[in-house]
Amino acid sequence: MADTRRAGARGSARYSALALLRHGVVSHAWPPVWRSHDLKRRYQVVIIGGGIHGLATAYYLARNHGITDVAVLDKGYLGGGGSGRNTAILRSNYLTPEGVRFYDRSLELYQGLAADLNFNVMFSRRGHLTLAHSDASLRTMRWRAEVNKVSGVDSEVIGPEEVKRLVPRMDVSDQARYPILGALYHPPGGIVRHDAVVWGYARAADHLGAHLHQDTEVTGIDVSAGRVTGVRTSRGDVATPLVINATAGWATLVADMAGVRLPVQTFPLQAAVTEPVKPFLRTVVVSGTLHVYVSQTARGELVFGASVDPFASYSTRGSLEFTEGLAGHVLQLMPSLTKLRLLRQWAGLCDMTPDFAPIMGHTDVDGFLVDVGWGTYGFKAGPVAGEAMAACVATGSAPEIISSFGLDRFARGQLVGEKGAAAVGH
Amino acid sequence: MILLPCPWCGPRDSDEFGYIGEIGARPDPRTTTPEEWRDYLYMRRNVAGWTTERWYHRMGCRRYLTVERNTISNQVRSATDAAVQVDEP
Repeated sequence: MADTRRAGARGSARYSALALLRHGVVSHAWPPVWRSHDLKRRYQVVIIGGGIHGLATAYYLARNHGITDVAVLDKGYLGGGGSGRNTAILRSNYLTPEGVRFYDRSLELYQGLAADLNFNVMFSRRGHLTLAHSDASLRTMRWRAEVNKVSGVDSEVIGPEEVKRLVPRMDVSDQARYPILGALYHPPGGIVRHDAVVWGYARAADHLGAHLHQDTEVTGIDVSAGRVTGVRTSRGDVATPLVINATAGWATLVADMAGVRLPVQTFPLQAAVTEPVKPFLRTVVVSGTLHVYVSQTARGELVFGASVDPFASYSTRGSLEFTEGLAGHVLQLMPSLTKLRLLRQWAGLCDMTPDFAPIMGHTDVDGFLVDVGWGTYGFKAGPVAGEAMAACVATGSAPEIISSFGLDRFARGQLVGEKGAAAVGH
Repeated sequence: MILLPCPWCGPRDSDEFGYIGEIGARPDPRTTTPEEWRDYLYMRRNVAGWTTERWYHRMGCRRYLTVERNTISNQVRSATDAAVQVDEP
């Protein structure tokens, strides 16, 4: 906490109810939350990608390790990629022990994030339901529940009556096309305001001395004798011994610049939001069979997400197939929503790996680190990924919590196998 | 929605097709090295722009097709039967 106080002492004032009142009375414009800088010729660490992962890495580098000579480069604006396009769902009920402890640490960081960053990220613990529509998925739920319990994560299988009690509008009858046989219930799961997480990390990283550069596209990475020596950008060249690739959907394009190949393919994932209505849905509801997940925001909108599009693409345009499929699936779960109108739909890019687990840590090129392969689960991992990548930079080796996620696992054939809990189940 | 110009069925909605993915040569399992096999299994070029890939017309002629598609715009330039040799233009 001492670190947060130090953060508040620099740059713009610390946020509080009193500060808000004082500001409202005496001044007109709010000062910018982070500063802009000239691009220096040299940085100790360059992070490519100004999303939650890149910004969290910059923040934890400064807070936990005192490394502040850091630049975060983004070709667009902060949080304009996956960080602003996800459905903001948090949970830790994964299938593998390494996945469970990793995402549980992230959830722990998210719970304390507002106090840590002095920024309201609107974390809301809602409970998370993953519906089972078949014996096979019920079996996987039981497996997941046991793995979760062993790791100390609150998670249990419940029956259709209990589902009905938690979500009264849900059709749990046996007349549905895919009747609900049960669900995996994960009380600590919830939602958070994703933009606030980006802004909170950006503000805190800026306070601690990191330089955030928007509209700065990396066009090349200089490698000499197997070592990174610098990056070229649309605003000039920067010398640096250490580059972190945190670019999600564009991960392979950036890795190609350093001559590093990744087992990653980019797929769009579409989401949509309805007009706001009175609160009626407290829990986050996921159905793997119906390829849909639903939550209601604090504003009252229903946020829907789906699985990734059926073919690889860098396009972020929405499609009619998605909207049609989504509407049909949502109505099967909650038939009373027929009159609800969609406000908008969008797509984000997912860097999918073969085993639905991320790729983190060092590569064959010295000084080129990756934090990629975040597929459809990158948002919920933002804080822990930032913490782990910062430790990776500061200590020179991957911390224990990400030791299973190295790029070399594909050569060794030691894949993580998280598909059963990561695919669709958000 | 994107339309794929199937050489047998004409332009059809991409929903009718199965996406197989990037076309890569399968190394001979008897002579390959683990590194080559890993590359074949997992590594992808993940091109942003024009690429050549394999699709399967599962709800139509059930033929495997070679499709030229731009992965940024989803524009499709050509689709030919993968088993039929075509002369390069």
